[in-house]
Amino acid sequence: MSPTLVLPVISFRAIAPVTVVAAAACLLLLLDLLPTRGRKDHLGVVGLAGVVLSMILTLSLWGSDERAFNGMVRLDGFALFFDLVIGFATGLVLLLSLDYLRRQGMESGEFYILVLFAAVGMMLMAAAGDLIVVFLGLEIMSLSLYVLAGWFVGRLEAGEAAMKYFLLGAFASGFFLYGIALIFGATGSTNLDRIGVAVGAGAGRDPLLLIGLGLLVVGFGFKISSVPFHMWASDVYQGAPTSVTALIATGSKAAAFAALLRVLLSAMRAAQPDWTMLMWWLAVLSMTVGNVVALAQQNIKRMLAYSSIAHVGYILVGVVAGGALGGGSVLFYLLVYTFTTAGAFGVILLLEREGREAVEVGDLAGLATRHPVLALAFSVFLLSLTGIPPMAGFVGKFYLFGAAVRTGYVWLAVIGVLNSAIAAYYYLRLIVYMYMRDPAGAPTVLVPSFPAGLALAVALWGVVQLGVLPAPFLDLAQAAVLPLLR
Amino acid sequence: MLLSTVTFLPVAGAVVIALLPRAQERLARSLALLTTLAAFVISLPLYTGFDAGQAGYQFVERGDWMPSLGITYHLGIDGISLLLVLLTTFLMPLAVLSSWHSIERRWKEFAVTMLLLETGMLGVFVALDLFLFYVFWEAMLIPMYLIIGIWGGTNRVYAALKFVLYTLAGSVLMLVAILALYFQHGAATGIYTFDLPVLARYLVPAGLGQNLLFLAFALAFAIKVPMFPFHTWLPDAHVEAPTAGSVILAGVLLKMGTYGFLRFCLPLFPQASLAFAPWIVALAIVGIIYGAWVSTVQPDLKKLVAYSSVSHLGFVMLGLFVFNAQGLVGGIIQMVNHGLSTGALFLLVGMIYERRHTRLIADFGGLWKVMPAYSALFLIVALSSLGLPGLNGFVGEFLILVGAFQWNVTVAALATTGIIFAAVYLLWMYQRVVFGEVTREENRRLADLSAREWVVLLPVLALIVWIGVYPAPFTGVTEASVQALLAQVHAKAAATAALVPR
Repeated sequence: MSPTLVLPVISFRAIAPVTVVAAAACLLLLLDLLPTRGRKDHLGVVGLAGVVLSMILTLSLWGSDERAFNGMVRLDGFALFFDLVIGFATGLVLLLSLDYLRRQGMESGEFYILVLFAAVGMMLMAAAGDLIVVFLGLEIMSLSLYVLAGWFVGRLEAGEAAMKYFLLGAFASGFFLYGIALIFGATGSTNLDRIGVAVGAGAGRDPLLLIGLGLLVVGFGFKISSVPFHMWASDVYQGAPTSVTALIATGSKAAAFAALLRVLLSAMRAAQPDWTMLMWWLAVLSMTVGNVVALAQQNIKRMLAYSSIAHVGYILVGVVAGGALGGGSVLFYLLVYTFTTAGAFGVILLLEREGREAVEVGDLAGLATRHPVLALAFSVFLLSLTGIPPMAGFVGKFYLFGAAVRTGYVWLAVIGVLNSAIAAYYYLRLIVYMYMRDPAGAPTVLVPSFPAGLALAVALWGVVQLGVLPAPFLDLAQAAVLPLLR
Repeated sequence: MLLSTVTFLPVAGAVVIALLPRAQERLARSLALLTTLAAFVISLPLYTGFDAGQAGYQFVERGDWMPSLGITYHLGIDGISLLLVLLTTFLMPLAVLSSWHSIERRWKEFAVTMLLLETGMLGVFVALDLFLFYVFWEAMLIPMYLIIGIWGGTNRVYAALKFVLYTLAGSVLMLVAILALYFQHGAATGIYTFDLPVLARYLVPAGLGQNLLFLAFALAFAIKVPMFPFHTWLPDAHVEAPTAGSVILAGVLLKMGTYGFLRFCLPLFPQASLAFAPWIVALAIVGIIYGAWVSTVQPDLKKLVAYSSVSHLGFVMLGLFVFNAQGLVGGIIQMVNHGLSTGALFLLVGMIYERRHTRLIADFGGLWKVMPAYSALFLIVALSSLGLPGLNGFVGEFLILVGAFQWNVTVAALATTGIIFAAVYLLWMYQRVVFGEVTREENRRLADLSAREWVVLLPVLALIVWIGVYPAPFTGVTEASVQALLAQVHAKAAATAALVPR
């Protein structure tokens, strides 16, 4: 019998949203070659158009449920939901970057191209039906982000950020790949469906599989920056351009969580007792360490880095809870978190002036009198991060902790809410500085550019809409998780 | 739609004021007064249209909010919340008016925060869905935080943070308890809902589960009341808050704690409420006596009034947890009384603070000679606060003591000493501030009450006398609801007790 090469059926439908973004990135590569007089922001606008087109395509594909490319890629509600989350994250980051890069004197076409390629990787991860595709997406995303993290060449923190992110990221990739190899050894496949069948049939008790799963979790743990794999986060968040920080904090986390949920809830469902305990500890450690260390930070980007570690802990609570409710709460929270965090970093980005990158807590003093609208917007984002109603963060946390209580993890929920109370201290401290302290230096009035203002407006809309009238989005998140549980 | 209108009218006002140009501070001030007055006027039909003979919720509004989670938009009032809604809408215009000159900067923002605060407080009293209630309960924290933190005294930031963190720490556990109750009810009945009337029909199995749920709720409410060991945020918050903040804090916010006990702890966890009643009564007695003693030695007028609140709220808690109609009606009416009397005391302290920029008792003396009208009104309010018959305080305290007497004679006797101590600290304070010779030169030229200050004080005084002389219109509306609540508590407690041996 001679081996015959069976070519998989190519389904452009299944990869349409990713393709559009990738095509936009390629188009930018060409456009970048055209001579322009210095300014490159038209590239950002084209990239943004690509992202918006991809989101429209995503919406038009809503309701699809199919596997393509021999099960390597899935087009289901879950992937589509994450395409939207990633689309929002990328779009907001592009809007925020347009003016910021020029102000920092670092504008060039590659920036937008890399952002789009990072988005391609993220979307691939969310749509992956195979561990190899997860890895591919992970690497496409990570390589782009490593470069972006060190974008401000010549700044010491930028070099440190890129170096740290790259070295530790390479380690994590190694772990991840090794994990894939072990799982392949234990189950004979890298396809998530087939792994699921094998695990259900008894491979779940194979130590090889459990070690492989553990190594995968290390890889994911690094990408979502959960404790104890969080060491890079504060330095990278601080050193990277703030719009890139926003992308790392929102899009890359959402993508990693998407793949993590696919692996845990879908492929490893039969091994749930084994990974639940692990996730329980990751959740508790991330919440507690993140919040406690954030209390001591003076640099706002670092503070938000630790706060985002804490938020990863909250999201892991939903992963522990598992099932439709837990998975749905994770999806909803990631959407909320994307708007909130992109908004918060957007405000910080506007506060950075040329040649002075660090935004310390003290720099916020008197912002409410200097720029009341910006201060109000920042307060809304901070209150959402704190989890105060009627902001979206409250509904998100309510849903997460609700899932934990529902599945019997009451203590996890108690630890979570106590952590939210601790977190209130450092979030509210920023509001103290904005509203209750007088500015130290001469007042300067900042005028956000139109794209940055638009980004903040979209983020604000998200935070308020998901807080006051979340019902349709809750249903969407709940429905999106169902394909995993079949 | 009446309840929604009353509740959200202040938000509408806040939005309009927020859109005003920065320079329009006077207009913002007038609009704030107008909005709060309008909310008060619109809330009056709640009283006139209220059927006192009926125990259930009235003016009910119900709609879906997040149907997939069983969260509804459900509003309604009964005899327990009616008076508190009216107290809120009544005190708000007075608080705004009292800030007329004492708030010197950022009036526009002040007006917006005050109006948002009013919506939050009203929402707490009218929400009949646990999720909705929690949203209002938490949302109201931030405006109060800003009022203390931006417009407060020298140590305002510390006091504001302490206020928020204390109350937040208390209420987050309540959130877990709400979720636990929701899922327990859902598992037992198949109906997943946050609707309070539905949940109240459910018997939470007695024992550890019910006790933990009760304690999680009780902690949140006890911090807000504040009950004895959880009271330390209160003096700080009161001393640093601007006058309007203190008035609203004492007048309305503290009532949210006692209201929470009545509305949630008693009907949802009747057996645990009965089981913990001796402990809560003991803490209430400690609070009554401790608060009074500490008040006696305060050199600062505002601190004195703040600690007296600890004592007075102890009476309210005592009334709620002796489980008879007199105690409960007394407790409810005493919530209103404390709002009026202590609110008025803070207004009065604020008025002399505006003139002299000090609140130390030692800086005053002989005020009767320079400000006779002020001193006379001050006397009436002080007497009402210490429970003189014929004024409002007496009615509530009398009912509470009657209730306590039926429960336990020793407890009633101990509580009564609180009234004696109240007479000691209030009269001694009054004597040092008002009687005698004018000790300070600066005090000789103080102006007596202005027309605006008369307008602020007279409505409160009218109510103080009205409730004192003829309390029936106020106690009457609560009785049916209280009787129904008691019947429900005892019936459910008996039913859950019967369920225990398992």
